[in-house]
Amino acid sequence: MNWNQILLMRNEIVLTLIILLVLVSDLIVKDNRKKIISNIAIGLFVIHMLIGFIPMPEGSLFGGMYRTNHLIFGFKIILNVGVLLILLQSASWLHDKLQDTTKIGEFYIILFSSLLGIYFMVSSGHFLILYMGLELSVLPISALAAYEVYNRKSSEAAIKLILSAAISSGVFLFGISILYAVSGSLYFDDILGKLPISYFSVMGLVFFFSGLAFKISLVPFHLWTADVYEGAPTPVSNYLSVISKAGAVFILMVLLFITMNTLHDIWIYLVYGITVLTMFIGNFFALRQENMKRFLAFSSVAQAGFILMAMVSANQAGVSSVVYFMAIYIFSNIGAFGVVEAISMKTGKENMKDYAGLYRTNPKLSLVLMLSLFSLAGIPPVAGFFGKFFLYTAAAGQGFYVLVFIAVVNVTISLYYYLKVIREAFLRTSDTPIAYFKSDNYMKVSLAIVAVILLVIGLYSPFYDYIYSVSNIVNF
Amino acid sequence: MDLSYTVLILIIPLFVFLLLGLFFRRIKAPLSGYIGVAGLTVTSLISFFVAFEYFFKIGMVDGAYQKIVAFKFVWLHFTSTMSISIGVMLDPLSAVMLIVVPLVSWMVHIYSLGYMKGDRGFTRFYAFLSLFTFSMLGLVLASNLFEIYIFWELVGVSSYSLIGFYYEKPSAVLAAKKAFIVTRFADLGFLIGLLILSYYAKTFDFVNLTSLTFIHNLSGIGTTFIGLSVITWALILIFVGGAGKSAMFPLHIWLPDAMEGPTPVSALIHAATMVVAGVFLVARLFPLYYFIEGGIALDVVTVVGTFTILFAAIIAITQHDIKRVLAFSTISQIGYMMLALGISKYEGPEGLGYMAAMFHLFTHAMFKALLFLGAGSIIHSVHSNYMQDMGGLRKYMPITHITFLIAALAISGIPPFAGFFSKDAILAAAFEHHKVVWFTGWFVAGLTAFYMFRLYFRIFWWNDPKYEHTPHESPKSMTIPLMVLAFMAAFSGFIPFSHFVSPDYVPFSEHMEWGLAGASVGIGLVGIILAWILYKKENDLSTRFALAFGLFYKWAYHKFYIDELYMFVTKEIIFKHISAPFAWFDRHVVDGTMNGIGNSTVWISEKIKGLQSGRVQDYAMYFVSGATVISMILWFLIK
Repeated sequence: MNWNQILLMRNEIVLTLIILLVLVSDLIVKDNRKKIISNIAIGLFVIHMLIGFIPMPEGSLFGGMYRTNHLIFGFKIILNVGVLLILLQSASWLHDKLQDTTKIGEFYIILFSSLLGIYFMVSSGHFLILYMGLELSVLPISALAAYEVYNRKSSEAAIKLILSAAISSGVFLFGISILYAVSGSLYFDDILGKLPISYFSVMGLVFFFSGLAFKISLVPFHLWTADVYEGAPTPVSNYLSVISKAGAVFILMVLLFITMNTLHDIWIYLVYGITVLTMFIGNFFALRQENMKRFLAFSSVAQAGFILMAMVSANQAGVSSVVYFMAIYIFSNIGAFGVVEAISMKTGKENMKDYAGLYRTNPKLSLVLMLSLFSLAGIPPVAGFFGKFFLYTAAAGQGFYVLVFIAVVNVTISLYYYLKVIREAFLRTSDTPIAYFKSDNYMKVSLAIVAVILLVIGLYSPFYDYIYSVSNIVNF
Repeated sequence: MDLSYTVLILIIPLFVFLLLGLFFRRIKAPLSGYIGVAGLTVTSLISFFVAFEYFFKIGMVDGAYQKIVAFKFVWLHFTSTMSISIGVMLDPLSAVMLIVVPLVSWMVHIYSLGYMKGDRGFTRFYAFLSLFTFSMLGLVLASNLFEIYIFWELVGVSSYSLIGFYYEKPSAVLAAKKAFIVTRFADLGFLIGLLILSYYAKTFDFVNLTSLTFIHNLSGIGTTFIGLSVITWALILIFVGGAGKSAMFPLHIWLPDAMEGPTPVSALIHAATMVVAGVFLVARLFPLYYFIEGGIALDVVTVVGTFTILFAAIIAITQHDIKRVLAFSTISQIGYMMLALGISKYEGPEGLGYMAAMFHLFTHAMFKALLFLGAGSIIHSVHSNYMQDMGGLRKYMPITHITFLIAALAISGIPPFAGFFSKDAILAAAFEHHKVVWFTGWFVAGLTAFYMFRLYFRIFWWNDPKYEHTPHESPKSMTIPLMVLAFMAAFSGFIPFSHFVSPDYVPFSEHMEWGLAGASVGIGLVGIILAWILYKKENDLSTRFALAFGLFYKWAYHKFYIDELYMFVTKEIIFKHISAPFAWFDRHVVDGTMNGIGNSTVWISEKIKGLQSGRVQDYAMYFVSGATVISMILWFLIK
């Protein structure tokens, strides 16, 4: 193995270095000046993100356990931008909301560790690397869920997350062992084409699927979602709802489309059924929610249904629509969570009713909220519309018209609750509206970037064209 | 040579629009006006430069003008030939429009500095003017049919917001609504037509659509509908869209009402530029119109154009609101352009009609914008639109008077003013084609001269009414554009247009048919003399004249009751007998079903909320049993 090959792991290496640097600086910096760690961590991460843009060859390492290609490269860039936005949004929470600022460094170290896990998941070429990545991404994040130690809800969320995660990884590991028993290997490349359609391998498929479905919050593996999102600190919920989900979606897609292509006739029903179930259940629960974080939790369950829906077409269009939709979903959800975060930070209000009259007092914030929710609902010309558009095209291209119809019905239901929030903010008036406040600069930058991305990404077609051109990983 | 800088022609006005539109509270008058004028000055200079470069340097290859795609950004990619892109295409048509649109818009921008001074919506006005200029330039530079459609709708929107500029006035709001609905309705035809056309042609691109081999393949399509090829239908539908924008009969009803907008807007949008978009569209697709099925669609254009010139000219004679006279005159003159396109042939000097249409478009833009701006100057000074309140203004407003006279002479086709040359070319082409068309055109030339000089004498001669304030000449910012346009209206006829524009893009030389020219000048003079007798001094001759025509006069005065007809059809027939039952069905059946679905959704979500118990052991149970049950279900699928 030479230097150039090592460089294929550039993202992982740089991120590990950053973790170490933050750790060291956390030791050096005195307790009363810990806030400076935020700047160090964010600054280092910006550098890391910029390095991520430097083109990289395709290739694999460690005999195929680790691999990278142009799609993975692009996907990691999207993840990096998303994480950066979340970091920016969490700064003021770390600085002002928590009484104890001495532990700021931990937040970054733990968050980056989890991201490292997701990198490994996305790049894995071997089931154990995938398993390791999965664990590395979940365990730190359950620690972060308990970051507000004195908040009972936060602790509850952490316990629930870690217990659910433990069960899921047990089932996941069981699934992997069955697949190993069937195929005789754990390398993705070796398994390719070797899985027979048998009771055993179907069981392996489902169990392995449920482990990833847990992270994507697909029904019926989603039950932890709302409780954890509500209890965990908002930046952590935000991270869980987008970044953590994205990694699992990506690797699930790769495994289903390529490694398990012999089981295509079986898993297509699995994907179909879970998609329908997830959309409906997510929507039905989202309808009832009053707490914004719970609301976004269920909305993210429903969105997971849409993400999964793109997987029914196992071809280039399918891959690109999954990745494109995922990217748009990441930014839309970060926008929505960011606004919720900003408001709950300054006022402590998290209920939908409290948002009445928000437009009059905080017009800019309301606009970002509107853009994000419109994008989640898929209203043109915001990015989300294009995401859904390519999703439908991909599904309809494979002849799944009924599924597209079901999806349209669900979009209609989802419009109801997304517009409910917008109605509160824009049309309702309130005697006690949320007073005008100024967010800190980190938050402002983050929300401004989200707004621009949401407006531009859909209309600027080269973005989709690029994703499409690197999505030719499937050779069906 | 890299021509992608041409895209600046679009970007600058768009930028000005965004700047003024987003910060209209911060940027106060007159700064916003200066920003608008500055932006448009740059745009105009670039446009003129591009047009000059095209005509004299880069356009001509081997004796024929070429279509040059100067800039292209593919937006949505469907197949290798089919894509929606935003591009800039240069050809003689767009190069001519690159002179007309920015020049008139530039003059209107300057003029409005004076005209709109002190108006509360000054900044808003300039923002919309920039938006319009952007959209119109996008329309003429469009490189494919879909792009033209996008900008087509954008000019519609900016026209809507400018007609309704005085939104406190109910009549302005109504007029804006009417313009939008009528043109939008016509645009539906355009949209369907373009979808049909592109479905068969598999491309939106103009370079493909108008190439002869391509058209030859296209005419091989055997699909017919009521005896005509689908492509012909598509072209007729596209023409419906063009007729809507260009206010051809029977879709003309919105244009007279559109005069509720500020007068500079009428000059720019409803006289010189947007309303000729329909002519431009037909000219753009002219090879298709000409070659598909022997030009049946083109015959439709001829008939509509010919009828419209006569119809609108008759109404123009009877109107009292000076802007409405000009509006009907515009409809009539655009009819001339349509008619000229309709009768044109394709090759060499036979393409005279096509050339004449574009020539007339050019000269008409100059003199009609001048007439409107002149009318604006008059309205600005006497505060009324009605000729009853005017008279003897030549003493008070000398510059307006002279420029108005030049424009009136130009539109009446009196040599050596611009209108003479273009109208003469149209009539010469018509004479070759069809004598009835020629005769109508010739007769309407007389009517044109008459109603135009009726206006002129009534405003500037006649007797002074009792003015509350003595009228005064308008400020420099308004008279300078008048003079520039007057110069163009006087001399632009000498441009050898056939050297630049022709249907097959090969220049040819035209020669004057002196007999025909003499005939049309003759009837023009008759019209002028008649107007001189009736309106030079205050008298009751004209009233007696009107009485002599009796019922016919009354009909014409009421615009032949076309508006009332529309109202009857929509209100009495469509609303009562079609919409009302639908509304009932919607309220009771559709809403009932929807409410039912909504209520059951809420009910279901109430019932299943127990799933979410909050107990993590339940979650674990659901997880494990879920995975087990799913694998067992899938087992049944194994064959």
